[in-house]
Amino acid sequence: MNRKTSRFSYFTAGIIKENPTLILMIGLCPTLATTVSARDGLGMAAAASFVLICSNVVVSAVRRLVPDSVRIPIFIIIISTFVTLIDYVMQAYQPALYRVLGVFVPLIVVNCIILGRAEAFAYHHGIIDSFLDGLGKSVGFALVLFIMASIRELVGNGTFFNQPVLPASYRNAPMLFALFPPGAFLLIGLLKALVNKTGLGKS
Amino acid sequence: MNHFSPAKIFLAAFLVNNILLMRFIGLCPFFGVSTALDTSVGMSAAVLFVMLLAAWVSWVLYHTLLLPLGLVFLRTAVFILVIAGLVQFVEMFLKKYVRALYSAMGIYLPLITTNCAILAVTFLNIDYQFNLLQATIFAVGTAAGFALVIILFAAIRERLADAPISPSFRGYPIAFVGAALVALAFLGFTALFGIS
Repeated sequence: MNRKTSRFSYFTAGIIKENPTLILMIGLCPTLATTVSARDGLGMAAAASFVLICSNVVVSAVRRLVPDSVRIPIFIIIISTFVTLIDYVMQAYQPALYRVLGVFVPLIVVNCIILGRAEAFAYHHGIIDSFLDGLGKSVGFALVLFIMASIRELVGNGTFFNQPVLPASYRNAPMLFALFPPGAFLLIGLLKALVNKTGLGKS
Repeated sequence: MNHFSPAKIFLAAFLVNNILLMRFIGLCPFFGVSTALDTSVGMSAAVLFVMLLAAWVSWVLYHTLLLPLGLVFLRTAVFILVIAGLVQFVEMFLKKYVRALYSAMGIYLPLITTNCAILAVTFLNIDYQFNLLQATIFAVGTAAGFALVIILFAAIRERLADAPISPSFRGYPIAFVGAALVALAFLGFTALFGIS
């Protein structure tokens, strides 16, 4: 029983207490760059989650075969394999989304969350634990991207998942600022201040 | 092949499509290192050095090996390994032969392997179909833009350290808000031109 709860905590830790973006402040580039609409934000989160979970599982599976001194290059090869996979799959099946995300899909390979989890967690833990850890961090990452993207799309465009939400009088003259880079910086600054204020992430 | 003039490529990379504020690439070292002026200068020098080398090596590898052999799908893996190897090599070389330079930017070199700005420039050089000269100018312009913003921002953050800021905004939140204001100024350049 005790073991089961501790395993489950690997999953829950990543969602709020160790949220990669808002608590640990890593993986900021995609969080700011791809959150112009809810669909793009979730697309980016899905791509990064696929790579994070798969690389966590594979790194954990081969951890006893990998010599300590060359572990980082091996992690990078494992991660870039999955990045190349998702890169080509998205190009083939989601061309519109791929055009929007652009260079950020291959850049998943240097996303600090993924290499960070491989080094700090998957290299020292079993396959199931690593899977749960990857899943939890992915959910936490996706949650922040989804919140950011929803707010920016709603304020900057008056829509949600490309469906009109706010009245036409607003949609004709929306606050475009939210879609531009300064709006993204301001929003994540306010979200981080909110996290500090509420004391989330401090167990 | 495209026909952007060298001046346009440089200005676009330097200001209009600034890698930090407009493209949102390389933010982790940006917020991590920009707390003090001297660390920002060291980081900028290291980025310029490695970005230029990485742009050359990756461009030559792509056009002489990957493209003729039909191995374009290995681009991501090859480029990141080339950068990681290059950074190690540069670090060893400087440590042995150019001690002064090593002590100035040595500690920033390992961090650069995971600096997405370097990798992004190598990808963008391919995506924009630049020739070697254009790729060189793009790399220098991007590194200059990185240096400009990170050094400007370090000066702002040194002031912020002493400012009376409410506790929940201290640290990262106020840095983000400051970055928003600097980005707002850079947004003005987008009316000029850009490459994308």
